[in-house]
Amino acid sequence: MSGRTLYEKVWDRHRVATLPTGQEQLFVGLHLIHEVTSPQAFGMLHERDVEVAYPELTHATVDHIVPTASTERPFADGAAEEMLGELEANVREAGIEFSGPGSGDQGIVHVIGPEQGLTQPGTTIVCGDSHTATHGAFGALAFGIGTSQIRDVLATGCVAMEKQRVRRIEVTGELGPGVGAKDVMLTIIRRLGTDGGVGYVYEYGGEVVESMDMEGRMTVCNMSVEGGARAGYVNPDTTTYEWLRETDAFRDDPEEFERRKEYWESIRSDPDATYDDVVEIDGAAIEPVVTWGTTPGQGTGISEPIPDPDDLPDDERDTARRAQEHMRVAPGETMRGYPVDVAFLGSCTNARLADLRRAAAIVRGREVHPNVRGLVVPGSQRVKRAAEEEGLDRVFAEAGFEWRGAGCSMCLGMNEDQLEGDQACASSSNRNFVGRQGSKDGRTVLMSPTMVAAAAVRGEVTDVRELEPVEVQTA
Amino acid sequence: MSHGSRKTADDAGDGPAETVERVSGTGIPVRGNDVDTDQIIPARFMKVVTFDGLGQFAFFDQRFTDDDEKKDHPFNDPAHRGATVLVVNANFGCGSSREHAPQALARWGIDAVVGESFAEIFAGNCLALGMPTVTADHESIVALQEWVDAHPDGEIEIDVAGETVRYGDHELAVAVDDAQRTALVEGVWDTTALMGANGAAVRETAESLPYVELDG
Repeated sequence: MSGRTLYEKVWDRHRVATLPTGQEQLFVGLHLIHEVTSPQAFGMLHERDVEVAYPELTHATVDHIVPTASTERPFADGAAEEMLGELEANVREAGIEFSGPGSGDQGIVHVIGPEQGLTQPGTTIVCGDSHTATHGAFGALAFGIGTSQIRDVLATGCVAMEKQRVRRIEVTGELGPGVGAKDVMLTIIRRLGTDGGVGYVYEYGGEVVESMDMEGRMTVCNMSVEGGARAGYVNPDTTTYEWLRETDAFRDDPEEFERRKEYWESIRSDPDATYDDVVEIDGAAIEPVVTWGTTPGQGTGISEPIPDPDDLPDDERDTARRAQEHMRVAPGETMRGYPVDVAFLGSCTNARLADLRRAAAIVRGREVHPNVRGLVVPGSQRVKRAAEEEGLDRVFAEAGFEWRGAGCSMCLGMNEDQLEGDQACASSSNRNFVGRQGSKDGRTVLMSPTMVAAAAVRGEVTDVRELEPVEVQTA
Repeated sequence: MSHGSRKTADDAGDGPAETVERVSGTGIPVRGNDVDTDQIIPARFMKVVTFDGLGQFAFFDQRFTDDDEKKDHPFNDPAHRGATVLVVNANFGCGSSREHAPQALARWGIDAVVGESFAEIFAGNCLALGMPTVTADHESIVALQEWVDAHPDGEIEIDVAGETVRYGDHELAVAVDDAQRTALVEGVWDTTALMGANGAAVRETAESLPYVELDG
C-alpha cells in the first residue's frame, strides 16, 4: 500500500460520516469567525432555536470593517459599529472567546490564529473567509466557507464536504535576491491559472518552500484560493514547531508541546505518498512579479513585457483586453515605471512582522515619493506592538508612511481606507479585482511587501533589486 | 432570549426539505470569464447583518455610474426583467467566500445558474440556497447566451436530475456535480439537519483527536 498525503490523513481523522448526498461530514477542530459573514449565520441559528454546539472550539475577532485610525467606540461609521455590536452580542451569548478591539489581541483573523497558537498542524480549520487557506502553512487542513456552512459549523461542529484531489507543487532550487514568497505564489497562479486549482488541494514543497519562514509559507498558502484551490498546505517541520513553541498555546507547557509534536509528525505526507498531479517550478527562474491586469493570474516578471492579448489562449483574450483597458497598460511595455498614487502594506497575505521588517529595510533612510500616499496596516495589534518595540514604526513614519491600526483595511475597502477615483495602488494584498480597493475605477498592482516599499519610494512600479536594503537594527 | 429553551442541532432535524428537480424561466446572460464576487456584490454593500435587500446591489458597479446613471448591463435591461436563469462563462464567482454574492443574485430573482465553470466556494454557497449551478462547454454556453439575446422571453428549462437544459428546439446535455444533484433532487440540502442527526458520532470523533479539548 502506498503512503498517504497529509490531506488524506487529516481528512480521515476528522471524518464523521458519509451523508445521503455522498458528501462527507467532517469535524471542525477550530472555527474562526468575524463580523461580516457570521451575523446571518447566528440569525439562522436563532430562527431554528439552536445553540452553538462547540463554543470552546470557536474564536472570534473583528477585522474587515474595523477603522485603522482610531478604534474608539462607538465607531464613526454607524454600520461598522452595528456589525461589531452584533458580533459582540453573539459571542457573549454563546460563550465564544473574542479577540476584540480592546483586547490587545485583535487583528486579521488569519494573522491572529497563527500568532496565538490556535492554528496547529493536523487540525481542521474553517472560517467564513476564503483566505482561511492561510492556516495550511502549519499543515492544517483549512478552507473558507459560506454563511450557511458557518451555520452548519456553529450548530453541529461539522462541515459537509466532498473529498478533493491533491496536487503537489514542488518549488525547486533557490530564490534569487529580492525574490520572496509572494513572487513564488504569483508565479504559481500565473502558471496554473486562476481556476487551475478547482477540485484540488495544493501541497507546497521543494527546497524553496522548505527554506521559507512561517510568514512566507502563510503568504503562499493564503493565495491558494486565487489559484482556484480552496485549500493549500505545507507539511509541518522544525520551522513550524519553532513557531508554535513560542505561542500562547505552548509557551508555558513544554510537555504538552512534545505530546502534540508526535501527532504533528504523524500527519506529515509519507515519502511514498501518491499525488493526483505534480507540478515542478524552478525557483531560481523567478524574478519579482507584479500584476498588470485585474485577476491575480495576470502577472508578469518585472523585466518581462505585458502580453499581447492576441498571443494569449482564446479563453483569456477578452479578459486580458478589458483588464489592459482598465489598467491603462499596453502590450509590449513592462510594468516598470507605472506611476502609483498609493502604496498599501497590509492584508492577511503580507502584514506580519517578517513582512514589515523586510519592507522597512527598503524604506529605511529613504522617503515616500511626494505623489504617493503610503499606508502601513499591521496584521494584528500584536504585530503592531512587536514592530514598535523594534522601532519599525519610526522607520515607516520618518519615511512618510501612515502607521495605522490593525485590520483588513484597503485590501477590500470595507472601512475608510479606500482608493479614490482612478488611483493606482501598489499593494501587498491578494486581489486586483476591479473595485476591490473601494473605488470601481481604482487600479491595483499586486506585488510583494518589498516591491510595495520600492514603489512607494520611487512613485512608480520599481524593481526592488535596484534598491539596496538597509537592515533595521532590532532592539 | 431564554438560553434554557435552546435546542441542539439534532433536535432540529426538520429544516426545509423541499426538492429542486427542475428550474424554468427566462434567461439573462452575463458574459466574461473570472467574474469575481467583488463584481457580483461590492464589499461596501456587505456592511449589513442580514441578507435582506441585497438584490438591488447585484452587479452594482457594472450597472451604475458614479452619478447613479444606468449603464448598459443585462441586469438593467427591461427585456430581461423577471429572468430567473443566469447564463455565465468560466470561473464565475471566483474570489471571496461571501454568501452575499449568491444571496444577492437569488434576491434579484435568479433561481439557477448555467455556466462553463464555477469557483468552488461559490457553487457550494449556491447549493446551500437550493440554487443549481450546472455546467456545459464553452461553445454550448455561447450558443445559449446568443439564444437568450435573441429570445429574452424564451423559456429555459433546467432538468437537474436528467442533466439537461432545454430551450427553443434545443436540448443541451449539462453536468451537475453528483452531491449537488442528489441534494437538490432528493431535497437533502439542509446540511445542518443532516449532520445534526449524527451528534454522538461527532462527539466520538472529537474525543479521538489528540488536540481537541472539550468543555464538559
